[in-house]
Amino acid sequence: MSTAIRQFFKTFLLWELLLGLKLTGRHFFARKITVQYPDETTPISPRFRGLHALRRYPNGEERCIACKLCEAVCPALAITIESEQRDDGTRRTTRYDIDLFKCIFCGFCEEACPVDSIVETHIMHYHFENRGEQIMTKDKLLAIGDKNEAQIAAARAVDAPYR
Amino acid sequence: MSDDLVNFEVNGIPLQARKGSMLIAATDAAGIRIPRFCYHEKLSVAANCRMCLVEVERAPKPMPACATPVAEGMKVYTRSPKALAAQKAVMEFLLINHPLDCPVCDQGGECELQDVSMGYGEDLSRYSEAKRVVRDKDIGPLIATEMTRCIHCTRCVRFGEEIAGMRELGATGRGERMEIGTFIQRTVVSELSGNVIDLCPVGALTAKPSRFTYRAWELIQHPTISPHDCVGSNLFLHSYNGQAKRVVPRRNDGVNETWIADRDRFSYAGLQSEDRLTTPMIRDKGEWVSTDWETAMARAVEGLRALPAAESGALLSPQSSLEELYLAQQWLRGLGIQSLDHRLRQTDFSDQDQAPLFPYLGSSLEDLDETGGLLLVGGNVRKEQPLLAHRLRRAALRGRPVMAINPRDFGFHFPLAHQRVTDPHGMLTALAGVLQAALTRKGQSAPAALADVLKAIKPDAVDTAMAEVLVQAGAQGHVLLGTQAMHHPQFALLGALAGALCEITGARQGYLPEGGNAAGAWLAGAVPHRGAAGVALQAGGRHVRSMLADGIKACVLLNVEPELDCDNPAQALRAVQEAEFVVAMTPFVTDSLRRHAHVLLPIATFAETSGTWVNVEGRWQSVPGAATPPGDTRPAWKVLRVLGNMSDLSGFEYLSSEEVRDELKVRLAEAGVTGFENRVPLEGRALALPPRPAGLQRVSATAMYGVDSLVRRSLPLQQTPEARDGAARLNEVEARSQDLLGAEEVVVRQGKLTARMGLVIDDTVPAGCVWLPGGITETSTLGPAYGPVELHKV
Repeated sequence: MSTAIRQFFKTFLLWELLLGLKLTGRHFFARKITVQYPDETTPISPRFRGLHALRRYPNGEERCIACKLCEAVCPALAITIESEQRDDGTRRTTRYDIDLFKCIFCGFCEEACPVDSIVETHIMHYHFENRGEQIMTKDKLLAIGDKNEAQIAAARAVDAPYR
Repeated sequence: MSDDLVNFEVNGIPLQARKGSMLIAATDAAGIRIPRFCYHEKLSVAANCRMCLVEVERAPKPMPACATPVAEGMKVYTRSPKALAAQKAVMEFLLINHPLDCPVCDQGGECELQDVSMGYGEDLSRYSEAKRVVRDKDIGPLIATEMTRCIHCTRCVRFGEEIAGMRELGATGRGERMEIGTFIQRTVVSELSGNVIDLCPVGALTAKPSRFTYRAWELIQHPTISPHDCVGSNLFLHSYNGQAKRVVPRRNDGVNETWIADRDRFSYAGLQSEDRLTTPMIRDKGEWVSTDWETAMARAVEGLRALPAAESGALLSPQSSLEELYLAQQWLRGLGIQSLDHRLRQTDFSDQDQAPLFPYLGSSLEDLDETGGLLLVGGNVRKEQPLLAHRLRRAALRGRPVMAINPRDFGFHFPLAHQRVTDPHGMLTALAGVLQAALTRKGQSAPAALADVLKAIKPDAVDTAMAEVLVQAGAQGHVLLGTQAMHHPQFALLGALAGALCEITGARQGYLPEGGNAAGAWLAGAVPHRGAAGVALQAGGRHVRSMLADGIKACVLLNVEPELDCDNPAQALRAVQEAEFVVAMTPFVTDSLRRHAHVLLPIATFAETSGTWVNVEGRWQSVPGAATPPGDTRPAWKVLRVLGNMSDLSGFEYLSSEEVRDELKVRLAEAGVTGFENRVPLEGRALALPPRPAGLQRVSATAMYGVDSLVRRSLPLQQTPEARDGAARLNEVEARSQDLLGAEEVVVRQGKLTARMGLVIDDTVPAGCVWLPGGITETSTLGPAYGPVELHKV
């Protein structure tokens, strides 16, 4: 009996509508979290895995020593390396290709690298216009590294205590 | 035998082993793994790495398993806390000075130190002091050094002393200042030196030619056979993307054990030579044009058909596979060309009709270890068959008498019981002397055929001593005719003398032919007077010497460079030059081929084709192809098969090289070939000793790194001091009498042919002789390997 009466008044006083409006009202006045992408961006973790880069030492010498551990660990077989002895007797790559169509951005290459040479930057906005451009060659990767060294170094510094 | 066995226990498992054998050998046989660095099965025990420490019950301290003989009732624990603690401690000490530069180290991924440290190493080092750094040594073009990585296991040092027979590497200093190196700054020159690369458990000694170009885990391993000498060493070729990256030994205790010669190890470097021919080419109006296979092969068949088959001929390489040689003779004989030969450096063919089925060693290679007495006639085994020389060395060091009659004192790395160094004619009289002495000792008279030869021979003390050794050895004795005896202008007489000597003493007669498949070539019928399976032919062709001397109208070359692979380079080149039509099946193209050939067909090298090689003991070794042939190159057996089809010959329907091999096997069975008989029958023959030639004589052997087109193109081998030594050699007395003392260069004259080359005064060359090696460009304008020669001042 009491249930029927309660139901009658709820229907009569539009109680359910008010409950709904309460939620609407709460969100209407709450602080907004919408990010106006691409004008604004969300913060990125220092461990973000974006476009790859090859780094250099401060003296300009490339870090990569052609140990091929990244090639061995890559689960997608996206990395191809060829190496030889450079004229100064050191072990260097003659070819370092990453096929971005194959790459799954797992970050294993970065983890395997004993000299922090191959890294994944925070770059995520890139595109290819022609077939073949997805192959990141050594020159392209080194250029990305040179351009973004500040960001790469900063991210690594932040993450250093956990590595 | 059971008395010799002792019972003991390892980790609670009861084991048995021969008394006096080392514990580590017994555990290895039982599959119980004990870590080790310095121990190697084929080397002596040094026990200096201490990695194999194990706990032995009632022993106060852990014992090294490699230096602890097994004893009755012994109880051993390899994984007990005490043993593990000892092993871990040793590992920590070894890692103190190791640079841990695995990412740039070529040994990374296949490193014994890396493997063992995964099992016994700590993940953190307690050592924070300065690490030791050792300056690298330059020990030649084959071995790269990184001596900081060395853990002083001394395997390389023991290898040099015990196997290679040259103390080239050694340890200087003690304790932390101990260093491995050549005592003075010099190159390691042993013909087996490359084996230290495999022996080194760390990355201190690595292969220089392939340095930094691969990682161990990327390589694909293919079994293959060395074609460079008649031993037929078993190899593994490691390839990456179809490209040969390195060659390592494949263990076969009957053939090469765990070793290979540098020639086998580094010849692969020639595969990527710039001379590589990658497309079929034909000469059109004097211009070379690349074309497709069909056109080139049609042109080859057409050209050969246009000229009289009786006046045509073929030179085949004794390094080609059995299948290639079999198909080549099938095809050529199908075209009516009977003149074909693989004996490119042989000069005496007078007994070829009586020759054995194939030049056989007379016993297995392993039997040589146990020889009762061995007489080597005309052979520089160290350079020609390095792994056979290793067996002779082992026999000699065990006190078995090894003797030699040679045209030069080759400086073997083992003691010779008796040696005679003499000119080519002297080799005949020396062997005749030994035979005469053996006859006298046995109280027998000379065989009728040799009566004339032995008439004037008076054996001296050395002859008598040699004969005595062979008589004592009886059936355990060996008389080996080496490569230089087979190239000797009186090979038939040497063979007859050796045969008679074996008849009297009971020794086994053997041959050491040039080329990895000389035995297979005879079996396949790559000789003018016999067909496949050694069946004598009614209408045989001309042998190589007569072909080259009298000229060939149409000429087929199978992997042969006439000016470097034949006995008489000038004559061979002229014959090819004057031929009206030349088809060259070759992996490499040279200027001389471009000038003289009409069709060039690119064929695969030994590493790129499936095939069978028959070694000197008659062992058939079949392997699949290992590397990918470049460009349009095809395995020669396929090329020959299609040439057969294009010539409208029946029976060329093979789908694999195995089918070809099996067909030959059937033909051998049909011919009733069971055993091998090496003796050349003397009945009905009358041999005479030629008169002693007057004047200076040339003596020669093929240079170690000049035996075939592939080796000649291997850059690392050509950079060795051995390969760069293309000088005339003369002893001091002879040089004085020729008034050449102090001359740096000489003009060598053979008839009308001349060459200008360096002169080295070398007392290992006998009187009256000039040493001029073959197979090298320096002597490629000269005449035959033996015969009169003149030296003139520049």
